[in-house]
Amino acid sequence: MKYETVIGLEVHVELATESKIFCSCSAHSFGADPNSHVCPACCGMPGMLPVVNRRVVDFGMKAGMMLNCDINRVTTFDKKSYYYPDLPGAYQTTQWFAPVAVNGRVDIETSAGKKSVRIKQIHMEEDAGKLVHDISEGTTHVDFNRTSVPLIEIVSQPDLSNAEEVEAYLIRLRTLLRYAKVAECEMAHGTMRCDVNLSVRPEGSDVLGVRTEMKNMNSIEAIKRAIEYETARHIDAIENGTEVLVQETRRWDDAKGKSYAMRSKETAGDYRYFPDPNVMPVVIDDEWFNTIKASVPEFPEVKREKYIAMGLTEYDAERISESIMLCECFEEASEACGNPKEVVNWITSDVMRILNAKQMTYEMLNLDNKAFGKLIALTMDGKISRANSKKILSAMFDDRTIEPESYAEANDMLIGEQNDELILGIVKKVVESDPKSVNDFKNGKEKALMALFGKCMKELKGNCDPQQLKVILLECING
Amino acid sequence: MSIYMTKQETAAANAIVTDDMFLTTDMPTTAGSKMLEGYNSLFEAEVLTRLKAAGYAVAGKTKVGEFGADLLGETCYFGAEYEGEALQYPAALAVKSGDAKAAVVLDVNGAPRRGAAQSGLTALKPTYGRVSRYGTIPVACSGETVSVVANNAADCREVFNAMAGHDSKDGTALPDSMTDAGKAAVTKKNKVVVLSSMLKGTNEEVQAKIAAVTDNFTKNGFEVVVADADTVAYAGAAWNILMSAELCNNVSRYDGVKYGYRTSNYTNIDELYTNSRTEAFGEFLKSAILFGSETLSTENYKKVYDKALRVRRVIRDNMVALLADCDALLMPAVSTMAYGKEMVENDKYLPYKENFFTAPASITGLPVVVAGGVQLVGNAFSEDLLLDLAELV
Repeated sequence: MKYETVIGLEVHVELATESKIFCSCSAHSFGADPNSHVCPACCGMPGMLPVVNRRVVDFGMKAGMMLNCDINRVTTFDKKSYYYPDLPGAYQTTQWFAPVAVNGRVDIETSAGKKSVRIKQIHMEEDAGKLVHDISEGTTHVDFNRTSVPLIEIVSQPDLSNAEEVEAYLIRLRTLLRYAKVAECEMAHGTMRCDVNLSVRPEGSDVLGVRTEMKNMNSIEAIKRAIEYETARHIDAIENGTEVLVQETRRWDDAKGKSYAMRSKETAGDYRYFPDPNVMPVVIDDEWFNTIKASVPEFPEVKREKYIAMGLTEYDAERISESIMLCECFEEASEACGNPKEVVNWITSDVMRILNAKQMTYEMLNLDNKAFGKLIALTMDGKISRANSKKILSAMFDDRTIEPESYAEANDMLIGEQNDELILGIVKKVVESDPKSVNDFKNGKEKALMALFGKCMKELKGNCDPQQLKVILLECING
Repeated sequence: MSIYMTKQETAAANAIVTDDMFLTTDMPTTAGSKMLEGYNSLFEAEVLTRLKAAGYAVAGKTKVGEFGADLLGETCYFGAEYEGEALQYPAALAVKSGDAKAAVVLDVNGAPRRGAAQSGLTALKPTYGRVSRYGTIPVACSGETVSVVANNAADCREVFNAMAGHDSKDGTALPDSMTDAGKAAVTKKNKVVVLSSMLKGTNEEVQAKIAAVTDNFTKNGFEVVVADADTVAYAGAAWNILMSAELCNNVSRYDGVKYGYRTSNYTNIDELYTNSRTEAFGEFLKSAILFGSETLSTENYKKVYDKALRVRRVIRDNMVALLADCDALLMPAVSTMAYGKEMVENDKYLPYKENFFTAPASITGLPVVVAGGVQLVGNAFSEDLLLDLAELV
């Protein structure tokens, strides 16, 4: 018999707000000392009251708009109760009854073609802390740095059928949320986490099979492996009766390549959701809604088509539209220098080379894009040599305040306009000091000219238009 | 002595006491529970900061029933206060004895109002959201309100004015603009409505108080009418559900892991949780936790908790409609003017029964004064008018 797999995903994404969801503690504690980013509120101490961080609602709304959701104009927070040492109040504040966004859609493309994945809802909630197990001491420590860091949970409908679609969906989610600048979405940092709900049924059946939920996959590759494994396990159980499938939560062990039962539906706690009386319903009025709506960026495909129309190759348009930071760099620099093709060459060569050398992702690009455009213009106008402009660009990566022209001037990198005489003087000196190379060139050795050219450029400290230098050098040699 | 933690000798003129639901940094805060015995807070309740800035001194703290949920105050881990056979309200004792000008207390389930009614004092529970709850032990957050108990309406007014106002640290604290608009909308109608449905279960002494207050209003030129409003009689039942559910959630944080009582009898985390809570919580609190937990279960949420929320809305609509053309709804605060030891000990459900009288104001968030042994529930933001009325009774 042929089987089909039915998959729905619950994706948790950490929102990139400065502070936590209900207090003013910094939300960025990756790598910080344990319990260095905490206050009585996020530690669940009695007497502290939650005050909603409006930026979290901004980001939740914007995420909803990116995923084509309807925004609930009155959105509420609810309490979810359970005991776990990393949850200091013994409840998590989340959205159960009126989540910020509902009924969305994410379009994906795989080898099988295009597909729409329906989004059931996006809700905002607070993260829990972390348990740190000290095996040598046999003790467990609690780190509350992560408690109350804002998350959104994106719940899809069970519209996915295989690992390839899941991968495409996750990459698409990541791209869209990064485009909206609401989240880092880095699975390795834990800023994107994914639970997989999976069941298997005979192809064409309209009855769902027994569903299991898998947790603890730390990369997209691990998720794909987990789906392959779990699908095979379900089919084996159905066909061969190797085991009885039960609705349960399972933990994926990527090293062993197996999933293990964590808890069954029967032993799962009742979360006893109810509206949090300390958090008033958040009312999103037209002004607020429209402000966020106006900040939603063009989608990647729109940008791609626009870039192709601007004269970029399909390949380059695809590469640039991969990241909103590259898009902004490209668009702003192009406007400043007026030559999009030149800008894309600089981005795909110099910018990407420097990012790579600094081990930075596209999302970490922090250039002053207008200044970058001016640098390109100055170079194209022959005011800064190509070699020096690379040095300046490198400096601009470290210091956003650098203004290319004044920086070039201050560092002797600006090519003056009336310096033919100066160049000629240096060329003459070099030609006289190296008659051997001059002879070699005259005897047909092209390389000899490059040696002379290099010596001149070195004397000129690179402050010379190479074309101009070459003309003067040839004139000088040929008398 | 009712003040069991005297911080300093203070001139009575500007001395206040708080009950043990308010976080203080110079005295422990226990909420009347073994669970928090010796608990020292890192921060202070907002109202205390404001009152100190206004020149008041906190002379000490008075006992509360465990987590303030017990209307009688009998379940205090540190002992109930009896005078003779009558169960006392410790904060009222502090005021009556002259140790403090006023008591600033958390009204979770009506305890301050029953205390004021039975001690012949004046109490004000303001409109929900007018006073910051920042730094009070959370129990039933949707209704509990920082309140004042004092010898007279003037003292209540003075202390209330010194602590009321918006607080950015409390998401439910009303913006001052809303308060100003609400206050401006209050007009005096010279009319009081007696809710006959709320007289159920009261004894003759209490009924006599109602009659005396009614007479005073009539003498002062008020129109006094009687209305049935039977939905209000369901406030107690609905509030018991909501309060217990919120309480269950709010006291979940006391698990023996981070602070508070920890059992010495455990070998794993589940035993640590269970035994710490079993050993530290009293029977009344445990029953409220179990009841509250049950009302929130997947099975019961719709038919119990959600229904109680809807009942709350109906009651509020009903009371607000009645208040549209009167100044206050007159109702008893208690069934009897004293709770005897035998009565308390023989009826474990007494706290749940007695909040029949106090729950209407708790569940609706409407302001209420106790004066002359009875309650006057008013329109939102009508504290000033209610205190004016209190001066007449």
